[in-house]
Amino acid sequence: MAFLDYLINGISLGSIYAVIALGYTLVYGIAKMLNFAHGDVIMVGGYVIFTMMSNVGLNSYVSVLIAMAACTVLGITIEKIAYKPLRQSTNLAVLITAIGVSYFLQNIALIIFGEKPVTFKSVIDLPKITLFDGQIVIKSEAIASIIVSVVIVVGLSLFVNKTKSGRAMLAVSEDKDAARLMGINVNRTISLTFAIGSGLAAIAGALLCSSYPVLSNTTGAMPGIKAFVAAVFGGIGSIPGAMVGGLLIGVIEILGRAYISPQLADAIVFAVLIIVLIVRPTGILGKKVNEKV
Amino acid sequence: MKKLKIKPSTRSSFTTYAIVTAAFIAVQIMISTGSASNMFKGLLIPFCVYSIAAASLNLTVGILGELSLGQAGFMCIGAYSSAIFSVCTKDTITSAWIRFPIALLIGGIFAAIFGILIGIPVLRLRGDYLAIVTLAFGEIIKNVFNALYVGYDSSGLHFSLTSQGDLNLAPDGKMLINGALGVKGMPQDSTFVIGFVVLLLTLIILYNFIYSSTGRAVMSIRDNRIAAESVGLNITKYKLITFGLTAFLAGVAGAIFSHNLSTLQASKFDYNLSILILVFVVLGGIGSIRGSVIAAIVLTYLPEVLRKLNSDFGKYRMLIYSVVLIVMMIFTSNAKIRGFFAASFAKLKGLIIKDKNTPAKEAE
Repeated sequence: MAFLDYLINGISLGSIYAVIALGYTLVYGIAKMLNFAHGDVIMVGGYVIFTMMSNVGLNSYVSVLIAMAACTVLGITIEKIAYKPLRQSTNLAVLITAIGVSYFLQNIALIIFGEKPVTFKSVIDLPKITLFDGQIVIKSEAIASIIVSVVIVVGLSLFVNKTKSGRAMLAVSEDKDAARLMGINVNRTISLTFAIGSGLAAIAGALLCSSYPVLSNTTGAMPGIKAFVAAVFGGIGSIPGAMVGGLLIGVIEILGRAYISPQLADAIVFAVLIIVLIVRPTGILGKKVNEKV
Repeated sequence: MKKLKIKPSTRSSFTTYAIVTAAFIAVQIMISTGSASNMFKGLLIPFCVYSIAAASLNLTVGILGELSLGQAGFMCIGAYSSAIFSVCTKDTITSAWIRFPIALLIGGIFAAIFGILIGIPVLRLRGDYLAIVTLAFGEIIKNVFNALYVGYDSSGLHFSLTSQGDLNLAPDGKMLINGALGVKGMPQDSTFVIGFVVLLLTLIILYNFIYSSTGRAVMSIRDNRIAAESVGLNITKYKLITFGLTAFLAGVAGAIFSHNLSTLQASKFDYNLSILILVFVVLGGIGSIRGSVIAAIVLTYLPEVLRKLNSDFGKYRMLIYSVVLIVMMIFTSNAKIRGFFAASFAKLKGLIIKDKNTPAKEAE
């Protein structure tokens, strides 16, 4: 029974990673950049919800919507100011800029909200589910995380494959210059990608802080890195891959923490990533790209 | 009389040695005249540590052209292995002048071994994938040291990954690594003089490596891997040599770092440290060893100075740091902005030196 309990926890954590990983995977697939600041957008989303609920006194779901709007605007702004001027430069330059943005967000939050972590009130007020005469209790946050992530993955897959803007995103990820020749507005498509990714980050922030209710200015950093690992694990650029990767990372982390060692859980996650990348360098569901001479 | 001709590469490397030595002498004068503040004196060893770490990372990032975010992991290995050596031998080898160089070598060698072991599988990956895998390795090393308990007694060494109690030490046993509490009781062997000597040696090693035939081979791999492979260069071998040398020097930096601390904890070596060192390399100029050293020193000193100024400003120091980072990257990497500056600089230069044809600046 304990195993089942851990498994459910792992899937719930994995669902949150999957939502974060979608943001990474979209941006990486289309802008070909590692958006290091993505994890910090989650933190910003968390703080917006916290402020709306505690200081303004709004309903939790309205707060999440406001956070999504705020993060979307933030994502587009970051892209316009920091990343757009570097569209033609090296990966490394963009990566360092993203690190700069990440430091910036963390320190703004530090100045506004202080060093002391705040306790986050869960945005989900549903009853928990009790199974097998109370042997297994599933928290409502866990159910919400799983349902929300599945809805997002399905919705995003439909959006990318069925709508005009979604197909434009696919085209840009395939070949930016050819897409431009076909009349696609590449800059707008990249902005749209950042908008979607950041909006998802706000949702992820709500789920993450509801499940693990401590919020500080570095809350987003480690989940962000693990979610990137999940995106790489599942095959970067692939939406189902982000889901698969996220779930696997979440389950491995929780089972590792429970059965092997709490301190080594992160090490196990990273070790599995390395093994996967050595065996399959493009991740589980990734496409192999042949190098041109 | 034949005019003495100096190769540009020699000139570049000796300029760097001269700058570092001049800085060392200036600091020594400041210390002896008493004009150096305590804060400044406390930063001298970190200056050396970060300079060595940044210069050696530049070998992988600038010369090999691969992105590594695992520098903190190698520093961690160097710090721990050398600290354990020093703790164990501080009673038998009493002279720090013998013990510390051995400790530095041990730190470097252990880090290099790990660097090569890690390099064999992961150097097949490239770009962002390599970055994330090296970051993962750094985190693994940090986590393992954080969970590692090592002690010794009359029956030998005991290891555990769970708790101190699991070691089953005899009553006369001694803890070496106490999990997250780390290692205690290192002799404080690091001095600024040793740090300077090691930095100078690092620079000599790096410059000689870069300008050797091996170094040129490595650069040819960076510039065109497929072409380098087709003229018969063994890509894996050169990558491993470079990666191993980077790890070795990072290990030495870690060893200097650990002998400057009263307690060595693995949590100091998280990915933020790797990122910090990468920032030194990038802002100092990718491929420029001298730039890495200067950037490491300036960017270590700057936040401390900002902290000192006044409390309000100190609060904003990391914010300012991050803005400077973003603005610097946009200004140095955006082709249009760089072109504008290059053009106006050339115009300015043309105004000053009208009659002379300015020779093209030799790339460092």
